[in-house]
Amino acid sequence: MPWRLLRFALSRKHPEPRMFPAPRELKSGYDVVIIGAGGHGLAAAYYLAREHGITDVAVLEKGYLGGGNTGRNTTIIRSNYLTPEGVLFYDASVRLWQQLSEEFRLNLFYSTRGHFTLAHTDSAMRTMRWRAEVNKHYGVDSEVDDAAAVKRACPQIDLSCGGHAPILGALYHAPGAIARHDAVAWGYGRGAAERGVQIHQQTEVTGIEVVGGRVRGVRTTRGTIRTDKVLCAVAGSTPRVTDMIGLRTPIYVHPLQAMVSEPMKPWLDPILVSGSLHIYVSQSARGELVMGASLDPYEVQSTRSTLDFVEGLSAHMLDMFPFMSHVKVMRQWAGITDMTPDFAPIMGKTEVEGFYLDSGWGTWGFKATPICGKTMARTVATDLNDPLITGFSLDRFRRYAMTGEKGAASVGH
Amino acid sequence: MKILTCPVNGPRVVTEFAYWGELREMPDPAAVSDEQWADYVFNRNGAPGIKKEWWCHTPSNTWFIVERDTGRDEVLRTYLYGEAP
Repeated sequence: MPWRLLRFALSRKHPEPRMFPAPRELKSGYDVVIIGAGGHGLAAAYYLAREHGITDVAVLEKGYLGGGNTGRNTTIIRSNYLTPEGVLFYDASVRLWQQLSEEFRLNLFYSTRGHFTLAHTDSAMRTMRWRAEVNKHYGVDSEVDDAAAVKRACPQIDLSCGGHAPILGALYHAPGAIARHDAVAWGYGRGAAERGVQIHQQTEVTGIEVVGGRVRGVRTTRGTIRTDKVLCAVAGSTPRVTDMIGLRTPIYVHPLQAMVSEPMKPWLDPILVSGSLHIYVSQSARGELVMGASLDPYEVQSTRSTLDFVEGLSAHMLDMFPFMSHVKVMRQWAGITDMTPDFAPIMGKTEVEGFYLDSGWGTWGFKATPICGKTMARTVATDLNDPLITGFSLDRFRRYAMTGEKGAASVGH
Repeated sequence: MKILTCPVNGPRVVTEFAYWGELREMPDPAAVSDEQWADYVFNRNGAPGIKKEWWCHTPSNTWFIVERDTGRDEVLRTYLYGEAP
């Protein structure tokens, strides 16, 4: 038993450990205001304080910390993308992920499982080979495997998928991992707060003051704040914020749903993804299968969930794992995703001076949390786009210069 | 939303329909600048609100307009293009 625990047990006082300092009053001004206390916003605050010495930072959150897509994703971390920009960016993210638990002194349950992207058609096999070659070129561990390798890693799978969509092979990505997503927000939040960053929950931004093309302040439900720099990290609410300053973006918003099964004994070691069956699934440390599918078929900006989703996803799960017919679905939920036309994010400076976007995270944002925080912090601190994110700038659409990442989306959304 | 009313076939389950995005007016490609054309091609109105949208009843290939509050997912009315009540 650790000495600390014994001392705690023998002590007369049992103070509840606090992750964060008690909430304070809003100040009248900050050097930087970050909208959104999810993983991305808190990570940016953390790196601003740790790497750039900028601690006069407020993180404003309409709801509660980590309550948006940070706590709603299916926690998959990988870097086997398709474009050079994407591979380099997500590879840097995976490297940061691997040391986060130690850095935070907080167990993120980071668990490297290996990640199979199943191919059911010849054209899917071709895309897998393409991705494997791009990945290997940039030093990312990625290879094409045959169906027998999938069966060895996961003996429970029906390789014929009920006869509908036989598995021909897969892209295997050994560093593929999962992590406990809430703890990521807590770790970054605590690290930022320890360095002087203020986190204000239940504080909604109602307007942004722009004078002469420059950000001058932020209006909130708790008063007005003077600031010259605003970082917007609000995922599916991005269009609401960009509308406040009249900034046009290609972002469109659809819900993305997910569900978990009842807990089972550990049986599924790798992470499995099937584009044809619209499935991604892994088994969490609690034994629940965490399952996701493709986007909802039409635009909605609320987190309502539907029976259609559970029916469709369950049917496809049974194609792959017929023995699961008696397993119950325990919970389902939705997040609202900010999709982009090329399936790459929109990051960096904008035409409004002092307004920085960390958006367009659609269905692929969780895995990028550390590197987004790091690159956005550098972008905000120096007012220059970090070299890793220049391919993701908003003005690429004005130049018809897309960063086509759709082939690496986990399922054909 | 579980049921959507097709102007031709009446109320049907929503899985019979396909969503085709917001109704937008195309500018004259010969008259606009490259930048204005890019704005039409890529930029969207992603904030919640009451929007006019293209939907299709796929079994009968009926294309029509839905006026819907996208924040609450509530349909206000549906009608054939050009036949707004």
